[in-house]
Amino acid sequence: MLALLRIAKSIVFISSLLFVISILPTHSVYSRDTSPSSSDLGPITVRAFDTDNDAGGSITVEWDDPGYERLSGFAGFLVWRTNTLTGTSDSVEVTPFGTRTYDDRSVSDDSTYSYSVAALVNGERLMSTPSMQVRSSKQWFDGRLTWVLILGLIICGAVIYFIESAKRGTKLFLRRIAGLEAIDEAVGRATEMGRPILFVAGIQDMDDVQTIAGLTILGSIARTVAEYDTKINMPVRASLVMTAARETIKHAYVTAGRPDAYNDDMVHYVTDEQFGFVAAVDGIMVRERPAACFFLGAFFAESLIMAETGNSIGAIQVAGTAMPAQLPFFVAACDYTLIGEELFAASAYLSGEPRQLGSLKGADVGKAIAMIVILVGVIATTIASAWNSESMLWIENLLRQMFSTG
Amino acid sequence: MDGAVISTWLAALLTLGIMSFVYKDNLYYKICEAIFIGISAGYWFITYFWDSLYRIAWIGVVHEGRYVLLGGVVLGAMMLMRLFGKIGWIARWPLAFIVGATAGLKMMVYFTTNAMAQIHGTVDDTMVAFGGGDLYDLIGRLVILIGTVTGLIYFYFSKEHKGLFGGVAKVGTWFLMITFGASFGYTVMSRMSLLLGRIEFLLTDWLKLVK
Repeated sequence: MLALLRIAKSIVFISSLLFVISILPTHSVYSRDTSPSSSDLGPITVRAFDTDNDAGGSITVEWDDPGYERLSGFAGFLVWRTNTLTGTSDSVEVTPFGTRTYDDRSVSDDSTYSYSVAALVNGERLMSTPSMQVRSSKQWFDGRLTWVLILGLIICGAVIYFIESAKRGTKLFLRRIAGLEAIDEAVGRATEMGRPILFVAGIQDMDDVQTIAGLTILGSIARTVAEYDTKINMPVRASLVMTAARETIKHAYVTAGRPDAYNDDMVHYVTDEQFGFVAAVDGIMVRERPAACFFLGAFFAESLIMAETGNSIGAIQVAGTAMPAQLPFFVAACDYTLIGEELFAASAYLSGEPRQLGSLKGADVGKAIAMIVILVGVIATTIASAWNSESMLWIENLLRQMFSTG
Repeated sequence: MDGAVISTWLAALLTLGIMSFVYKDNLYYKICEAIFIGISAGYWFITYFWDSLYRIAWIGVVHEGRYVLLGGVVLGAMMLMRLFGKIGWIARWPLAFIVGATAGLKMMVYFTTNAMAQIHGTVDDTMVAFGGGDLYDLIGRLVILIGTVTGLIYFYFSKEHKGLFGGVAKVGTWFLMITFGASFGYTVMSRMSLLLGRIEFLLTDWLKLVK
């Protein structure tokens, strides 16, 4: 009887054990599900379309995975392209695990294509049905940059408004910049000492806006130089800058009523080589000992070498550049430095030219917009996160979208 | 003598010649300076000749039939009109073309990278920090926010720097100067590495004192 009871208990125990085993998942959640075979899975659905907001030559392929990635022998998806005009087919890419989209940038806008996607399982290609035919094309307007257009129009509109205002004679206020007062002082000092003035308009060509700003300031300095009958020496690194600088100085001398005092040798080409140019400028400084040195334009590694040499000969130095990495050297070694946009402001201030004044005032509008956007954005985000405000969240998202450049 | 040895000696003597300027202007420096300027001017002349005149103008136009390049050739020829007194004014046209075309081409790039991307970066980073983040991150972003806004006020030219506005602009100046100081130190260190490179060349390649 006892034996029968033990047998019955064993049967119940084994049955319970089998029941528990049967309801347990057959695999760990971390292992791949090998239970379905590839034949159990449905077809891969492929969609191909022209890539948005591009200059053509690109088709985007997307597909759905009915479960091939969970198969144990899965190696990836193969994107297969057929040129429907020529009838040729080729494999384009084997995409990495987890990828469901591919941007094919090796297509021509003159052909049409259809795409298939094959699941690579245990060395086999399980091919989808082909997508609809598609042709790539360029978009004339990049929709992602709509806000760039709107903000650009606002700032350009402000620039045009201020230019027109200045042309009509409206006096546009610009604050005085400290370095500018030093220019007349430096020229006067050179005149008293009977020494020349050295002017370097950076080492970039005429396609750099800093060079243009430097030459505009040169026009003002050259006019004072002509009036005071001082000498000016301007070594240049680029031939176009030489031409433009000669025109600028000549015009200044004519304006000052002294065209006879001008000669082309005031501006002379040295070399295009950066440090060859620096060696020459340093040599000129120590030999001619100019009383004033002006470094106004785009500078690179030569900034400290030139400014230090000018400092060592006791010249009064005025520098200006928008190169952030070089500004510290000018600040350290020169008497006055026009920092960043002050260079352009100085150019506008000295020339009094409506177009330059208007541009600067328009840029101020842009800065005001930037400040407002930053402050509003920060306040909106803080309120949105602290009080879960939907309206603030909307403002935050709008600002993110506005200033996204794609 | 081996060519490599000659070039090492030349490089070493020219290096010492340029470095002698630290002591004072001297004949040795003047010779090295003249060699450097003369060779580099000649080098760039040859480079421009073969790259622009020969490869682009001659090969491109005559051999490859890319007649659009003739525009550049004509503009280049117009620049040479400076050499002829009465028609020298023609040289201003290519200059105006270069300045105008460059301004147009760069406007979009500058606006998106120097303005939009900068604003987006500041706004986005600050938003992220204010929307949640640790205290140190928050303080860091707050410093960026104050630095950016006060810096923008410093570069605002339509209002005199007086009163509260002037005070805020002064804070912007402090931010700029601290940034310049950090940048100065960083760049000086990188220049030191250039100097060490030259000294290493003199001691290793030339004098063979260091192996």
